[in-house]
Order: sequence, then C-alpha cells, then structure tokens
Amino acid sequence: MSDPKPQSPEKREFIAKSKTYWNPGKTQAWQDMGVDLVIDRREGYLLWDMDGRRLIDLHLNGGTYNIGHRHPELIEVLNRGTQRFDMGNHHFPSQARTALAERLARICGGDMHYTMYASGGAEAIDIALKTARHATQRRKIVSIVNAYHGHTGLAVAAGADRFKKIFLSDNPEEFVHVPFNDLNAMEDALKGKDAACLIMETIPATYGFPMPLPGYLQEVKKLCERYGSLYVADEVQTGLMRCGEMWGYQRYGITPDLVVTGKGISGGMYPIACVIVREPYAGWLTQDGFAHMSTMGGAELGCLVAMKTLEILERPTVKPMVNYISETFRNGLHEIMRLYPDFFVGIRQCGVVMGLEFDFPEGAKPVMKHLYENGVWAIFSTLDPRVLQFKPGVLMTADLCAEVLERVERSVGLAYAECLGRGGRGKIRAA
Amino acid sequence: MTAIVEEILAGEQRATGAADLMLQTAEWAAAAYARFDRARVLKIARAAAEVAYAHAGELAEAAVKETGFGVVAHKKIKNELTSRALFELYAHEDFCSARIRAEVKMVELPRPAGIVFALTPSTNPVCSVYYKVLMALVTRNAIILSPHPLARGCSVKAAQLMAEAAEGAGAPLGIIQVIEQPNLPLIEHVMKSPRVGVILATGGTPMVRSAYSSGNPAIGVGPGNAPALVDDSADLNHAAKRIIESKSFDNSILCTNESVVLAVESIADRLLQALKSAGAHVAKPEEVAALRELLFGRGTFNVEVLGKSAVEIGARIGLKLPPNTRVILAEIDRIGIDEPLSKEKLCPVLGFLRVPHAQGGITQARALIRLSGAGHSAAIHSQHAPTILAYGAAVKALRVVVNAPCSQGAAGYGTHLAPAFTIGTGYFGSSSVGENVGPQHLVNWTRIAYNEDPAEAFGDFSVLDAWAGGPALALGREAPMSLGRLQEGADSVQDPMPLPTSSAGTIDEIAILREEIRRMVLEELRGALRS
Ligand SMILES: Cc1ncc(COP(=O)(O)O)c(C=O)c1O
Repeated sequence: MSDPKPQSPEKREFIAKSKTYWNPGKTQAWQDMGVDLVIDRREGYLLWDMDGRRLIDLHLNGGTYNIGHRHPELIEVLNRGTQRFDMGNHHFPSQARTALAERLARICGGDMHYTMYASGGAEAIDIALKTARHATQRRKIVSIVNAYHGHTGLAVAAGADRFKKIFLSDNPEEFVHVPFNDLNAMEDALKGKDAACLIMETIPATYGFPMPLPGYLQEVKKLCERYGSLYVADEVQTGLMRCGEMWGYQRYGITPDLVVTGKGISGGMYPIACVIVREPYAGWLTQDGFAHMSTMGGAELGCLVAMKTLEILERPTVKPMVNYISETFRNGLHEIMRLYPDFFVGIRQCGVVMGLEFDFPEGAKPVMKHLYENGVWAIFSTLDPRVLQFKPGVLMTADLCAEVLERVERSVGLAYAECLGRGGRGKIRAA
Repeated sequence: MTAIVEEILAGEQRATGAADLMLQTAEWAAAAYARFDRARVLKIARAAAEVAYAHAGELAEAAVKETGFGVVAHKKIKNELTSRALFELYAHEDFCSARIRAEVKMVELPRPAGIVFALTPSTNPVCSVYYKVLMALVTRNAIILSPHPLARGCSVKAAQLMAEAAEGAGAPLGIIQVIEQPNLPLIEHVMKSPRVGVILATGGTPMVRSAYSSGNPAIGVGPGNAPALVDDSADLNHAAKRIIESKSFDNSILCTNESVVLAVESIADRLLQALKSAGAHVAKPEEVAALRELLFGRGTFNVEVLGKSAVEIGARIGLKLPPNTRVILAEIDRIGIDEPLSKEKLCPVLGFLRVPHAQGGITQARALIRLSGAGHSAAIHSQHAPTILAYGAAVKALRVVVNAPCSQGAAGYGTHLAPAFTIGTGYFGSSSVGENVGPQHLVNWTRIAYNEDPAEAFGDFSVLDAWAGGPALALGREAPMSLGRLQEGADSVQDPMPLPTSSAGTIDEIAILREEIRRMVLEELRGALRS
C-alpha cells in the first residue's frame, strides 16, 4: 500500500454519517478499496474531492458526463428553460417532448419514428421490453450472461444474477441468458420462436467491455430476424458518439428494432432516458396510448437538455475529435504496455469505450487505487476485475489526454510493483 | 420544433461553444501535423494549391458576384498567383526540417505556431484564403479562417475545397477549418482563446487593434495610402502606363494601390497627357468636387464605390465616360486633412498634385503618409538614384517600389519583394511585422546551442530525425476498434500494435498495410465464427 492521503476530520465525520443514513455497505466497500472519494466540486472532466483533491474523471458515471460535468451550454439551456417550462404534464402533448422525439427520429433514421420517455436507463429498458412483448405477443426475453441493464423489474431480471437473486427478482422461466460472442447458444435460445426480443448492450460495460467478435452482432441480428424476435440495443453506455458514431451499433453495421439511450443524453444535468422504436413495433402507442406512463419520464426540462446535448454531439468537429482522443489513448497506452508487457497486456477498445486488461487476479483494483492516488478516477469492472474501465469523454482536450497518459504510466508502474514487483516496493520500474 | 423551443435552445453560447470545439479539433490536428516531415507536408500543400488553382476562375467570379468589388479577370490572376505559383515559391524553402549549423555548433528545429487564426477581407477574399492557408500548411500549422461576412460564400467555399484536398493528401482532420457564420463577438472570443498560436489579421483598423489587444500574438497590418512620385528623369510613357495598370488592377482594391501622383511641375503636363493616353479621364474642377462628395461626403470612404470601375464611378457623378476609361484623375492642390481626396481610395480615382521639384515631392509624400498609410507602400518613377534613395529614407513606408506598378509591385508581383496580401506596416504602422508577411512569420525555431568552448565537441546530428520516436500520431480519421487479449476468442484476432512514429513519411503506407492485414484476419475469423 502507498501511504494513504491524510483524511480531514470533516471528511471522516461525513463518511460516518453516510454509513448511518445512506448506504453502509457501499460506503464501507469504497473505503476498503482505498478509494475514499466524496465528490464535491466538478467542472469539465475534473472532479474535486471534498478534501480539495483534484481528479480527472475517466469514469464519467458510465458516460453520463460524456461531454463533461456542468457543460456551460447545458447550464445555459436549463436556465433558459426554467424561465418558461418545468417538468410538464405527461398526459398531454408537449412541445419539448415532441421536439426531442423529432430530433431522435432524424438522427436514428429509417423507420425509427417514435420515442418513448423514462427518467432513467432501467425504466427505459423496461419500456423497451414491454414494447417488444406487445409487438410480438411473446413473453421470453433473451439477454447476455452478466449483462447489465439496470435495476427495475424487467431490466434487473435481464441482468446478472448478483443483483436479482438478493431481491428474489429472478425469473428464469421468462429470462434466458446466453454467453456473449457465442452464436450457437444464441441460436438455441431463439430458435423456439418464443422470444419477444434479444436485449444486448452493444459492448457489455459492467462486464468489462468484452468486444463483439467480428461479425457477431450482425449474425445475432440475422438470427433475431429468422426467429421473429426483436433486437433491442442498450446504447446507454455505447451511444452518443462514444464509439465514434452517434450509436455504437453503427460501428458494427446493424440496425436494431429498438434503441435505449440514457445516462449521457441527460448531459448529467437533468434525468431523462429514451427508447426509440421502429414504426412497425410501436403498435401500443396507437392501440392504447395510455398503456404506459410516467410522471417524470421525459420531463420537459430534461428534453431541452437532451436536445442541446445532441446538438453539441452533432457538430461536425466532434467526430474527428473522438477519433483523435481514442487514437491518442490507443497509441499512448500501447507505449505503456511495452513497459509492462507481462502485466498490462491488452486494450479493448471501440472509440472512447475502453477496457484495459491486467493479467493478474483482480489486477484492475490496484491500478484503480494507484490512479486514484495519482489524480485519475477510473473504475474496475465489477464483473471482470482484471479489466479497468477507461472511459474518456468525447470532448477531452489534447492537454488533458497527455496528462492522463502521464499519470496512467506512473500508476501502472506502481501497481505493477505492488502486484509483481520482485523485491518489493523499492523496485518500481523507471518510466 | 416550435418557435418557443427553438428560442430556448438558441443560447448565447451556441456560437462560441461551437467555435471552441473547432479550436480543440484544430489543436489535435496541429499537434500531429507538427511532426510531419517535409515530403509529406509538401504533398499536402501541393494538393491544396492545385485545387485552389483549378477553381481560380470560378471563385473569382463568385467573389465579384457576391461582393460587387473588383474585376473577375484580375481576381482570377490573383487567385492563380496565390495558389500554384505561391506554392512553388514556398516549396523552395524548408520550414520542416532541422537545420544543422556545425559552424556555430547549433541545431535549429522549426516549431510551428500551432493554430493560426486568420481573418480574410471582402476586397481580396479568395486569394487571401489561398495565401493564408498555404502559409499555414507549409509551416505545419492548423488554420481557422474567419471570412469577412460580405464575402462569406466564396471564402467558405475556397477554404472547404482546400481542406478536402489537404485531408485527401494525408493531412490530419481539421487542419483547415472555417467559421461559416462569423460575427464580431464570436471573432473576439476566438481571438482571445488561449489555444490560438497567432492571429493573422487583415481588414479594418478596429479589427487589427482588437487582434493586438486580444492577449495573443498577432500579425495585423494597417491601411495603405501610397504616394507615387514622378520626377523629371522618369520615362513618362512608361510611368503613366504603369500607374494606370496598377490603379485599374482589380479596380484598385489592393491596399498597395497608388493614392496620389506627385508630379514634378516641369513634367506634369506631359505626364498628364501620357496618363490620358494610357486610359485616364482627367476630371474637370466641378467633377473633382463631385468625386470628393461621392467618395468622402459622409466623412469616411464610401464603400458603395469600393472596387467599382472608373466608368461606374463616372456614372455616379453624371459622367458618361468612354468604356475604355480605366482611371479617373482628380487634380488636387494640397495634401492634408482639408483635402479628403488625399486619403486612401480603394477605387480607381487617383489624386494628382503638382510639386515644384523632387524635394517638394518628398515633403508631400511624407504628408500623405502622415495622413494615413504609415509603414505601408510608396512608389517612385525616376532614373535618379540619389532621389530614389532620399525618397526611401524620408517617406515612412517600408516598401518603395521603383518604376513599377505599385499595386502589384509592393505585393511582390513584378518586383523581388515577397508575394503577399498581408503587407507588414511595421512599427510606423503599429504592426509587429514590417515585411511582406510570409510563412517564416508562422514558425519559431528551437535553437540547440552548444558550449562554444572547442573542448566541447558538437554532436553528430546528420542521420537523426527530430520528429521520430514517441507514440504513433493520431490523425483523426477513424476511432480505433480492437479486442483485448484476455477476452475469449481474442487470441484468434489480434490487431498489430500501432507503430511508433518513425520517419513520418512512411506512416501512411504502414497504416494502410496494417489496415489490410486486419481486414484479412477479420474475414478469416468471420468464416470461422459459425463453425
Ligand atoms: C448499459 C446500461 N444499461 C442500463 C443502465 C441503467 O441505467 P440507470 O442507472 O439510469 O437506470 C446502465 C447503468 O449503469 C447501463 O450501464
């Protein structure tokens, strides 16, 4: 262990309070991992801990802060919006909701005409799954082993065991899981022609971003078509330019039947999530438009922020910028891999969606800790702790990327010494 | 979208936010481009110059149509000169490689400014875009252009054509960008950005002052007001022809054009005759008064006559001039604040003042430049070296063109001055540069200087490449995709590692090869996946 940073009495007191009133298990777990972060001020891609320590945010809460914390244009639109609007009344047609839906229809193209609204990602997933069930009149939902789609009823049932058994919310009859990148298993799950849909994170995030093998997603989509199941793309983490295109699925040459977007679409400023659905599968909207509703789903202020977020992401300079950022990290990280070839062994990457592989049991945890101590916040993958989730924002500057690489090089060296350093702490490799 | 929603979304930060993203992208492009070697840089600059040349006529026409200023044929010439010819000129110099100067034990490394922020005028819109882009490209800079709103269409088109060509030839994405909806607050925002390396300002004096007060390094130049002294040793026919050729070129829209002819009394009448036969209309006193009213009646120069032909201007004061009239000559009796026609005139109206002798002409030339045009240009037509020297030493101009058209000559055409559309007015004219601005102004040099003591040996740098080493360059073309090594199935598909920067010229080929290998592996895997 490196020397822990001294903690202020205020922070110690606060953490105790967090255990008393908020979430004792989660609060303690972070302390055990050596991450005593209490986020205070934030700006752009920077966070300040309540003790004043500056951290570069490479977690972004899963892409929520894709365009940075407190983006000035989002603050502006939110302020302007409050001069006239509030959340709105979800029973009635709304200017803001319709405008965002229109924009999403244009962005998604084809016959993706309709947008349905939620206030969070999991809720949106539930809406997508309900919509697929209505459209196909089938109950079964196929998803990937260790998938993560959030924690509401249907979403949690489609995800990993860890989060549903504890709440007795598993439902193995209706929710079938198949291993990622295994086409035979996928075909077995779909060929009974009783699955309403397959739901799939384009790149499974919480699983550590294993990458779809070449051709996998295209074949999966074909299987869905063959057996009459809809393809639901969970683009909560892979959408919004993070893969180098507006939606991650575009990089894999497929067109889903339903798309779920959350996190980043809110700009991190006002909760909102959306489901975009192809016209032929949106039947319930006509049959009984009141069948699903949510007071806060698609709140009008959220719609305004989402529209501004999309406007920013659609600026022509953003695409080259994402390319530059992701190329720069790839190239720079490869240089670091050369220094520690038996420890830092691989990079999973699609644009700025990245997973760094450390060939050591739970190897991403010490790397996370040393990064934290060296001013970078990036989180390991809960479901594959050899992998560090490395999630730069799409508007990062060249200088900040250079700073991150320099800090990563130092931190990987320290983690290497801790994990593999023969002769103990003193033998840290010179960078 | 309803009007209310659109109104909420249209915040004040929309334009500046978009401009900041342009700057960020330009910064990435500049970082990569600064490590390109000379061969690669020349390939890119040549591609941009060639497409510019190919569109010289079309964009000349577009410029005149859009602005109403100048003459298509002349603009075409300028566009041709600032594309292919300018590239050929710049290509002779090396702004990319290390200079090893063993004799002084020094190595000099070119370090580009990074981002050049360039304002371009409405008077010479397309050729200014060409010129500034080429200067930036040969010096390995990124450039962001802000065209004058009156010439937005043709300037944006010119910039986009060159950007496409440069990127097609291997330039990093975003190396040339253009602000399509410029306005004053937006320009000031960009000028103040810490990402800008140097501002290349032209245009009105307020814009230049604003560039200088931005806090960023700036090269801005002042207005011209060139005197043309003709003494008794001059070849009058030649002098007249050259003056008319210059003053009528593009309807006198170059800031290097002659403002007032200072004719030594003994040859003044003969010169007037020669000017007439070269195409000048000599205005009668009442016409001079009408011209004074037309050009300066509202105090400042009337932009409605800017770049208009002599015939059109004549028509404005009720004259029906023969169609071959190229210049209107207005005889004046003094230079000074009390004679507006002694100010800068970006139209083919030329002042004419008699002076008793050459020395008197020099005094009047000084007076003219005192009025405006400090540090800019002056012309003299004379065979008498002492007069020429005395004129050059007395007049506060930083280029004195001898026996040549001043419009063209001071801008480097027909003289051996550097061809330029940014004419440094130096300290006389409150500018940081006193020469014709060229690529050398967009690059600094790191000087690696050894101890002069002979006991310290100078290193051998001859086979080293300053821009080699370090990670591979990011060019902004595609967001990478790769599988890791620990993931199941990954062993069968491995991306070759990106190669570190070696001799930068070979990177294109290596990248293409790597892409090829990747594609082959993927094809193979795709087949294997189902079995
Ligand atoms: C891929 C994916 N889908 C869905 C969700 C659920 O979103 P929320 O937390 O907003 O309910 C998440 C959240 O982490 C996610 O990463």
